[in-house]
Amino acid sequence: MGLKIIVLAKQVPDTRNVGQDAMKSDGTVNRAALPAIFNPEDLHALEQALVIKDAHPGTTVEIVTMGPPRAAEIIREAMYRGADGGYLLTDRAFAGSDTLATSYTISLAIKKLMPFDLLLSGRQAIDGDTAQVGPQVADKVGIPQITYAEEIVSVTPKDITVKRRLERGYEVVKATLPTLVTVHSSAVECRSRNSKLTMKYKHAKTVSELQEAAMDYEGMMKTRPYLQITEWTADDLNPDSQSLGLLGSPTKVKNIENVVFKAKETVDLDTSEKDIDFLMRELIANHIIG
Amino acid sequence: MNNVFVYIELEGTEIADVSLELLTKGKKLATQLNKKLEAICLGSKLDGIEKELYPYGVDVVHIADDSRLTPYTTLPHNRIVCDLFEKEKPEIALFGATSLGRDLAPRVCSTTGSGLTADCTSLEIGDHTDPKTKKEYKDLLYQIRPAFGGNIIATIINPDTRPQIATVREGVMKKEIADATYSGKVKKIDAKSILKEEDFVIQVIERQIEKSKVNLKGAPIVVAGGYGVGSKDNFKLLYELAHVLGGEVAGSRAAVDAGYVEHERQVGQTGVTVRPKLYIACGISGAVQHTAGMAESAMVIAINNDQDAPINAIADYTITGDLNDIIPKMIKYYKLNTK
Ligand SMILES: Cc1cc2nc3c(=O)[nH]c(=O)nc-3n(C[C@H](O)[C@H](O)[C@H](O)COP(=O)(O)OP(=O)(O)OC[C@H]3O[C@@H](n4cnc5c(N)ncnc54)[C@H](O)[C@@H]3O)c2cc1C
Ligand SMILES: Nc1ncnc2c1ncn2[C@@H]1O[C@H](COP(=O)(O)O)[C@@H](O)[C@H]1O
Repeated sequence: MGLKIIVLAKQVPDTRNVGQDAMKSDGTVNRAALPAIFNPEDLHALEQALVIKDAHPGTTVEIVTMGPPRAAEIIREAMYRGADGGYLLTDRAFAGSDTLATSYTISLAIKKLMPFDLLLSGRQAIDGDTAQVGPQVADKVGIPQITYAEEIVSVTPKDITVKRRLERGYEVVKATLPTLVTVHSSAVECRSRNSKLTMKYKHAKTVSELQEAAMDYEGMMKTRPYLQITEWTADDLNPDSQSLGLLGSPTKVKNIENVVFKAKETVDLDTSEKDIDFLMRELIANHIIG
Repeated sequence: MNNVFVYIELEGTEIADVSLELLTKGKKLATQLNKKLEAICLGSKLDGIEKELYPYGVDVVHIADDSRLTPYTTLPHNRIVCDLFEKEKPEIALFGATSLGRDLAPRVCSTTGSGLTADCTSLEIGDHTDPKTKKEYKDLLYQIRPAFGGNIIATIINPDTRPQIATVREGVMKKEIADATYSGKVKKIDAKSILKEEDFVIQVIERQIEKSKVNLKGAPIVVAGGYGVGSKDNFKLLYELAHVLGGEVAGSRAAVDAGYVEHERQVGQTGVTVRPKLYIACGISGAVQHTAGMAESAMVIAINNDQDAPINAIADYTITGDLNDIIPKMIKYYKLNTK
């Protein structure tokens, strides 16, 4: 029994390692100074797909990502780890999308890929921490959702059983397929690159990347079609243009501020008994403690 | 019409703190807008629940009582909330940024086509002029949140779609009874007529939810340790200090990730927000994601062996040195000088 699995993945700036040059003087983010990475929880989602693929021969795993042309990098990265291929949704018309416009665009691609059995996504992307795109895609595609998956307990061609990680405990739920499952960072880590697959897919490219590369890839693609990463622009998705990008985004950023600490009047002390006794005496005298 | 709505999160029939915090904030927003505050309760055996909500200034409690609504699953709750919003046209709707709220709110927003801002740390009412069209908007909800890993603070607005929807983490807003004698009215929702068969494709097979053991939010004194504490064993020193002072122990994410302290005790953007009388930060560098959860403490003492640690910038007292050296001295003085 093989399943058709689609994994939503996003290339994100690595906000966990923000250096001094990450912010421009006008308070906007200097994206160029941040390395672009595979969104961490999307790797956890990919792993869940690959585990199912290992257990159920005939399963296919494909990535769908929306982003600039270079986001094709994460599709290749997923292929090095065991995915079969992917779709890059890229168009200037998608620029400025908030989560609603993003999920609208992605949902059009998902509908084109129907029927499928399982849609996986990360719980949230580290650039916004919103955790909205997964559930909103599910809504627009018209399938149920299971968020915060820590483990896919079992899967059959008809249904899936998932353990969800909640704040103060867990829950095991069962849903009929197709459904969306968003995967939490407490799920197992993604396997690393497989060297054979890395060799095999090293030259996988989108049409735009092919046109840019000066080499003759055309012949190569004919003999090895699996190297072609599908690229879809707005035209391929037949969208309502009012629902795309900035136009289709109800949320607007009114204002952005750098985080600045208000300076406080500080009393600086050292480890001497004298200093510590002074501090404790003050705290007791002011009824902060005691 | 155009009122402020709060989704009430229930564990069985117990109301989550975050919902009461949102009602408190919602009341302020509603008053400012000259609108009413309405609450949405979906669950079973909810008789009398409205009495727990009225004191927060709630004017209308919408109740759907149906055994199929507990425990929570996404689709039936989504169906009822969307149906209600369709009829009532809220101006603002608030959800807790809990695993439940962050499961439900995106789905509701997708159905209603509204914007959603997750994890707001502040909500205000304000005006806006569109920079391009010069169109003026009055009384929008400013949804203020840290973005980009906490390095910037963004103000988000939804000029053209309603409701304006936001989620807020537990502990970020204060919970305060507006008027113990306040009274509103109940509006029953006929769940049976709204829900459809297909809303029940997900079954909950097993559920284990523990009561929270620690009460960080309510603690007057918080002794927080970071990665600089160095080990789980060294954290015992912090527990001892917290114990003698009558406080609770908290940790930074680095300390939680290193396994020195439980996740429940994490303070910061992705943890709990605290506002104690006294916050003692031990071996914490003071990353913005951490200070987002403690900057409103009335007094901050920073213990750090690095004089230039960012936490020192927001501290009232800094003690530069090794915490293993300093904390025992504090305990000693306290024991000798109080009874
Ligand atoms: C999206 C996102 C969300 C996040 N959410 C949170 C959150 O909710 N809460 C949170 O805390 N962090 C959060 N973080 C992580 C945050 O950015 C920092 O990495 C973290 O707060 C650092 O923890 P720390 O100060 O304990 O460790 P470090 O930065 O390693 O600091 C250790 C400090 O201890 C001092 N020290 C070392 N030894 C001693 C000693 N013997 N005596 C005294 N001082 C000593 C050092 O000088 C240093 O200042 C988040 C990050 C991201 C990207
Ligand atoms: N541009 C995108 N392309 C593909 N998947 C995305 C995109 N944005 C978000 N996602 C998916 O939705 C999840 C939640 O994202 P977010 O709502 O941005 O926190 C991510 O972990 C991804 O799996």
